[in-house]
Amino acid sequence: MSANNLHELSLAQALAGLQRGDFSSRELTDACLARIDGLETRVHAFITLTPDLARQQADQADAVRARAKKTGEALPPLLGLPVAVKDVLCTRGVRTTCGSRILENFVPPFNATAVQRALDAGMVLLGKTNNDEFAMGSSTENSAYGPTRNPWDLARVPGGSSGGSAAAVAARMTPAAFGSDTGGSVRQPASYCGISGIKPTYGRVSRYGLVAYGSSLDSVGLFARSAEDLSLVFSQIAGYDERDATTLDLPVPSYDLPQAPDLNGVRIGVPKEYFIAGMQAEVEACVRQAIEQLQALGAQVREISLPHTEYALPVYYLIAPAEASANLARYDGIRYGLSEESETMLELYRRTRGAGFGSEVKRRIMLGTYALSAGYYDAYYGQAQKVRTLIKRDFEQAFEQVDAIACPVAPSTAFKLGEHADDPLAMYLEDVFTLPINLGGVPGLAFPAGFDRQGLPVGMQLLGGHFNEAVLFRIAHAYQMVTDWHTRAPAL
Amino acid sequence: MRYEAVIGLEVHAELLTRSKMFCSCAVVDSTSAAPNTAVCPVCAGMPGVLPVVNRQAVEYALRVALALDCEVAQTSLFARKNYFYPDLPKGYQISQYEYPLAERGRLVVDTISGERTIRIRRVHLEEDTGKLTHVNDGQPRSLVDLNRAGVPLLEIVSEPDMHSLEEVRAYATSLRSILRALGVNSGDMEKGVIRFEANVSIRPEGSAQLGTRVEIKNLNSFRAMERAIAYELERQAAILDQGKEVAQETLGWSESEGRTYSQRSKEEAHDYRYFPEPDLPPLVVDADWLERVAAEMPELPRARQQRFMNNYALAAVDARLLAEEAETAAFYEAAVAAGAAPRLAANYLLGEVFAWMNASGEPFSALRITPSSFAGLIQMLESGQVNQNTAKAVLAEMLRDGREAAEIIAASGLQQVSDADVITALVARVLEENPAEVESYLNGKETLANWFFGQVMRAAAGRANPQILRRELARQLGNLKR
Repeated sequence: MSANNLHELSLAQALAGLQRGDFSSRELTDACLARIDGLETRVHAFITLTPDLARQQADQADAVRARAKKTGEALPPLLGLPVAVKDVLCTRGVRTTCGSRILENFVPPFNATAVQRALDAGMVLLGKTNNDEFAMGSSTENSAYGPTRNPWDLARVPGGSSGGSAAAVAARMTPAAFGSDTGGSVRQPASYCGISGIKPTYGRVSRYGLVAYGSSLDSVGLFARSAEDLSLVFSQIAGYDERDATTLDLPVPSYDLPQAPDLNGVRIGVPKEYFIAGMQAEVEACVRQAIEQLQALGAQVREISLPHTEYALPVYYLIAPAEASANLARYDGIRYGLSEESETMLELYRRTRGAGFGSEVKRRIMLGTYALSAGYYDAYYGQAQKVRTLIKRDFEQAFEQVDAIACPVAPSTAFKLGEHADDPLAMYLEDVFTLPINLGGVPGLAFPAGFDRQGLPVGMQLLGGHFNEAVLFRIAHAYQMVTDWHTRAPAL
Repeated sequence: MRYEAVIGLEVHAELLTRSKMFCSCAVVDSTSAAPNTAVCPVCAGMPGVLPVVNRQAVEYALRVALALDCEVAQTSLFARKNYFYPDLPKGYQISQYEYPLAERGRLVVDTISGERTIRIRRVHLEEDTGKLTHVNDGQPRSLVDLNRAGVPLLEIVSEPDMHSLEEVRAYATSLRSILRALGVNSGDMEKGVIRFEANVSIRPEGSAQLGTRVEIKNLNSFRAMERAIAYELERQAAILDQGKEVAQETLGWSESEGRTYSQRSKEEAHDYRYFPEPDLPPLVVDADWLERVAAEMPELPRARQQRFMNNYALAAVDARLLAEEAETAAFYEAAVAAGAAPRLAANYLLGEVFAWMNASGEPFSALRITPSSFAGLIQMLESGQVNQNTAKAVLAEMLRDGREAAEIIAASGLQQVSDADVITALVARVLEENPAEVESYLNGKETLANWFFGQVMRAAAGRANPQILRRELARQLGNLKR
């Protein structure tokens, strides 16, 4: 492979190449930066690029690798591999906007734990990727810095809210990227962009430094081109963090993947509630076909029921905005970020927040504030928490019978920019298959399972029991050993 | 009409932990530290940060809960209390709401009319806010100091069980001394580490129905609290006397004007939109943890007072004064252990030493005397080596320079003359030098015995042991009579 198309390598391939000494991290990083340079004006995957930092980290990685040849010292496991980071994860010294005007010039003095762990593992930061403002959205159109486009069809959205990261991986600008998933923000864009993405169990990856949207639902996720690539990075970022009291102190397995595509003994459930009237026929067809393929690899497939699925959407749109209404209260123009000079305190709050937040963020703050108000709390937030418990129980009961659940990620493939611009409800419906997973706190892995007639990727997702990401990697990897959807690249 | 006061107190006490409630920033003296020097991303409310509970703060809170006989919840929850203010970095305060750490306790206090039991409704943990300073250097501005933001705060809420200022005072001072005894709060009122809010209502005497209550906020000293409550009781009585109704509202207290003022009415009450804090799992206090805290509980002032009364036969008042502060009590007990007679030691400690502290303004910790040097003096006094006056003079010197009693006495020749031979000689000399007075005495003027006593004492420069002198004088005068 020549130095100018190193960006086409998957993470595992790039790692092997670096280890063999086929090329340097600097060459790999330069190839990615060149690829970004060539496509960024059309795709707009990034809010902030950090080429100087990236080259410096790459050079350092190369120096460490060269030194290790002499000393024999152990190398960080992901040394020299580029990564992009969604702009809702704090990066020390690199501005973190959350796609919002209100944090346009905010430079965090610390790294998110997950980012720090990736850097400790030797990764090279290419830049910060675009997203819906404060991760609120399903299309990356709600970014104050302009929309990201889907590399498979530039007239279409990449999904959201982690659309920048998904587009960057799909466009071969980076072998891996961080996302965040509160209601589907990793899995849905992975599906729309034809790549793999994981949303971990709640409590598996530290949220410290992930700018909060819906705290009880937020998770730090990853994008890459395959389940194998995901597992390599995931094993480095997962695990207990003393800075996040909601992480669990459980051992993180090594996620070693089997050599053969054998799913004997694996029980997979297919929830009937995830195949609904009105969903795109090709999506259903691709997912059903993929499930047959899993069966052919030895998996036992059976239909199951997650009876409270239909309530996930209303429950999510009470709980997430309620938590968001408190989480976003700190953007008050006093300590950091945008501050609109004013005569009085109240005016400062009103003008700063009025100018700093976009309309979707304001809508959710209003929704959440209302749901928590005296006299309405029991009917809305309180009731939503009760129903959430039922949704969680659905999953717990399902995972007593099966090892994993297979289902579609979104009812349709990527839609066009502006298609849902005036209809927030239609936009919210894009998440109908992803929201329940966040409410249940279980892990989900999305990966490509085919294409529709327009050549747009179709994704499916595998769900696992709490802290059982391993089974997801195993099943998805087996599938990717016998299929090539995940290796297809958009023509750009 | 005569009214009965119905008063409840909310006490906010900062906990003396090394670090803040939800981050590792040091807890500093917010009245003296340079502004914004004990601040990190967490307590500054930066995007993406998360709280982690300080276990030391929980243990301190458990101590207080146990001292107040509360039922400790095995599982309690933190909640977010939402409101905008520049001293509140996150736009919400993490507090406990529906499920507090402890509930249903009580505190027994002493009043002139006897013991009173004040019920405790709840004890819960929360975080303090920052501080605003309003300046006007041509342009009015408000400055924010976040050193205090996130300092652990314990809220102790009583039932409305107090019916007089005396009861309020007894409750508040007793609570303060418990917090100090438990080592969880310095009790330095002037540093704002204890703050009060009072719920006050009145009702016609004998009535069982509660009157409309007001809440007085931000009472930062005992004096402010007492004055504000006294003012409010009078104001409400005047309103009821006129046949009007007290409005339910939140009041502030103006120290300079000496009156309460309305902050907001019932209709304007804040909606804090409390909801469970999703960033913190439920706080679980299992039986082991609670037992460990209980085992490490220091003795409380009231129990110590009882013990002093039983063990040392002290009067209730003396025992309470000595037992109140752990430091004083420890000094006293060490002195007794070093051989000081308990009651005599109590008298001198509460009398001379306390008076010296009042006069010098120095705290107990600055005392230059040690329990053993103090015990030494008390022993000399008891054995008659020094008399009361000398003892007081010597103690004054000990307090001034920290020398041992024996050293001061030896250096100044203040030791009492107990040597019988010396006194015998002195008495003989006085009688010999005053033949006319001896004559009068023998003729029946027996009151002259006191005059002879004075003459001998003068000859001994006041240092003669009075018992020995009196006995020897009586003996020699008796010999002359024969």
